[in-house]
Amino acid sequence: MDQTVLLAHGGGGVQTQELIDRIFKAHFANPYFTADDAAVLPLGHERLAFSTDGFIVSPPFFPGGNIGKLSICGTVNDLACMGAQPLWLTCAFVLEEGFPLADLEGIVCAMAETAKAAGVTLVAGDTKVASKGQVDKVFITTSGIGRLLGNVHTSGALARDGDAILVTGDIGRHGAAILLAREEFGIEAEIESDCAPLWHLVQAVLEKTDEIHVIRDATRGGVGTVLYEIASQSQVGIEIRQEDLPVDPRVSGICSMLGLDPLYLACEGRLVIIAPHKEQDRLLATLRALPHGEGAACIGSVTGRHKAGSVVVETAIGAKTLLPRPTGELLPRIC
Amino acid sequence: MQDDVLMQARNLLTSYAGPPLKIMEVCGTHTHEIFRLGIRNILPKSLSLISGPGCPVCVTPVSYIDEAIYLALEKDVLITTFGDLLRVPGSAMSLARARQEGARVRMVYSPLDALELAKNETREVVFLSVGFETTVPGECLALKQAEEQGIANFSLLCANKTMPMAYQALKGSADAFLYPGHVLAIAGTQSCEALVREGVSGVVAGFTASEILTALACIVHESAKGKAFFVNCYPRVVKATGNPAAQELVAHYMEACDAEWRGLGVIKGSGLALKKAYQHRDARLRFAIPRQEGRANPHCRCGEVLRGLCLPTDCRVFGRACTPSHPIGACMVSSEGTCAAYFQYGLATKPARED
Repeated sequence: MDQTVLLAHGGGGVQTQELIDRIFKAHFANPYFTADDAAVLPLGHERLAFSTDGFIVSPPFFPGGNIGKLSICGTVNDLACMGAQPLWLTCAFVLEEGFPLADLEGIVCAMAETAKAAGVTLVAGDTKVASKGQVDKVFITTSGIGRLLGNVHTSGALARDGDAILVTGDIGRHGAAILLAREEFGIEAEIESDCAPLWHLVQAVLEKTDEIHVIRDATRGGVGTVLYEIASQSQVGIEIRQEDLPVDPRVSGICSMLGLDPLYLACEGRLVIIAPHKEQDRLLATLRALPHGEGAACIGSVTGRHKAGSVVVETAIGAKTLLPRPTGELLPRIC
Repeated sequence: MQDDVLMQARNLLTSYAGPPLKIMEVCGTHTHEIFRLGIRNILPKSLSLISGPGCPVCVTPVSYIDEAIYLALEKDVLITTFGDLLRVPGSAMSLARARQEGARVRMVYSPLDALELAKNETREVVFLSVGFETTVPGECLALKQAEEQGIANFSLLCANKTMPMAYQALKGSADAFLYPGHVLAIAGTQSCEALVREGVSGVVAGFTASEILTALACIVHESAKGKAFFVNCYPRVVKATGNPAAQELVAHYMEACDAEWRGLGVIKGSGLALKKAYQHRDARLRFAIPRQEGRANPHCRCGEVLRGLCLPTDCRVFGRACTPSHPIGACMVSSEGTCAAYFQYGLATKPARED
């Protein structure tokens, strides 16, 4: 392993995992330390979910949102993925000297609006200012606490042979929106980030059935990375169908121009839900009736036919091929 | 798979029962798409696809990387380059490593971006001009603008290549070529049509699943007739005359020269060099770069991989010491490289071969 921190260590792929295992896990290891989006902690008769997330997206304002909205959605969705109703959030700002107050207010307004829509309360915060050049404009960290619904047990380790794999909408839109907002490529297209709080979707599917095995939000690294994580955590094989992947034509256009795969572009308002095949139709109907779930689709299944830990794609020509493993060096500072 | 054309082509290929055929693709994008679509997985054993020298990063010799590093470390030049070249190992190090040691190396998406940088720099800016017929016009355009706008601190380190002479050099390695659609969209089809007289067969292919399968099916169909052939299966983009404006631009600034290809050695007339009138833009002359020997890692078999003589999996370091995060050979660096594709798509174990 490398001796210095590389951008790839922050990409959410194999190298991020190596860093976590070698440095963080080695020193923090304890029974509650989690590989999921949030830790589940017992408190009296209740179970709490507790999560934290840092945001350094560049640029801080992008079509479909800004770093403030993103910082609320990120933590709310991490809690929601554990089947926990998000309740309270805290936020910490690191601001660059010279950052316009009007922009800061824009960010904070978006946070307040998004918190309200997500049904969470911001209860504490912290502000630090760094000299010009020591931080890029604004970095935000949010932490959140949620209460787990009574009978819910979801985890990346619970996918089972025969399960269906659903996504709640078209994939890769946040990554594509950020890429274009950086204006490095001279490509113009109207792509808005999918950034949204998703507790209402989680709540609705959990009300339909007790048999939800996995819920994950496909953020950094995209759906492809999440599928590899689940395949590895659950020790199962996964097969997806290229033709069933919902991708906005503008996003696939950008991807073919730049040689990217939408499966590895970040989403900030999309869930991967894994449940027994028999629940598939009911869950899709439920999701499609709700905001941010209109484009829900089944993209594949968990299967014993493939090696545990592998993700296989049935391609446009009907051939089966391994999905390349995420390498994590795609795009820095996407969230 | 609602596409009828695609289904027909697929059936023709999967039911092929003729003699063994070797088909070589010579375009990095084709290599990548063939892997991504899993085309090898549906072909019968008698049809083998060989990835030829189609990725500009992969065919760039080690000595070229050494020249760029010499400029960056010894001459304090700002090196501008397409991202893929950063991690290609030179004799002693890669450009990425040189950057960690203080060299100024910047990744750009276009030669015009490099020219923009030069405008705001007092020091010398060199663009690493690699690539085939598709990238050369952009490099010449940057040169044209540098001349017109009097931007004196901008020059090119050229290692550009053209394909026609390479097909001849590779003639014995394959029964037919899958010609690169993008290259011929610029260069036109005449040179490939002329190759039929030399006994070299091939078909121009586009890049969608349907276009690639159709082109492969066409090769199978034509091969059965027993004589050399040329077919343009990408007529919506590729015209016989190519793109005259781009050709004129290149012809104004550059002329053919002998060029060294990694693995293939020097191929006569297969490179492009700046014409005499523009040699003041040639970084080799401007900085009097001493001749670089270029020592590749002795275990690396990229050269043989590029000629289709061995598979990446035949190489001792493949997947062990040589991986995409720590490449030893150039074919492991770019996502269009054959070794990188074999690694990414999990072909670390040896697939069945016809022998």
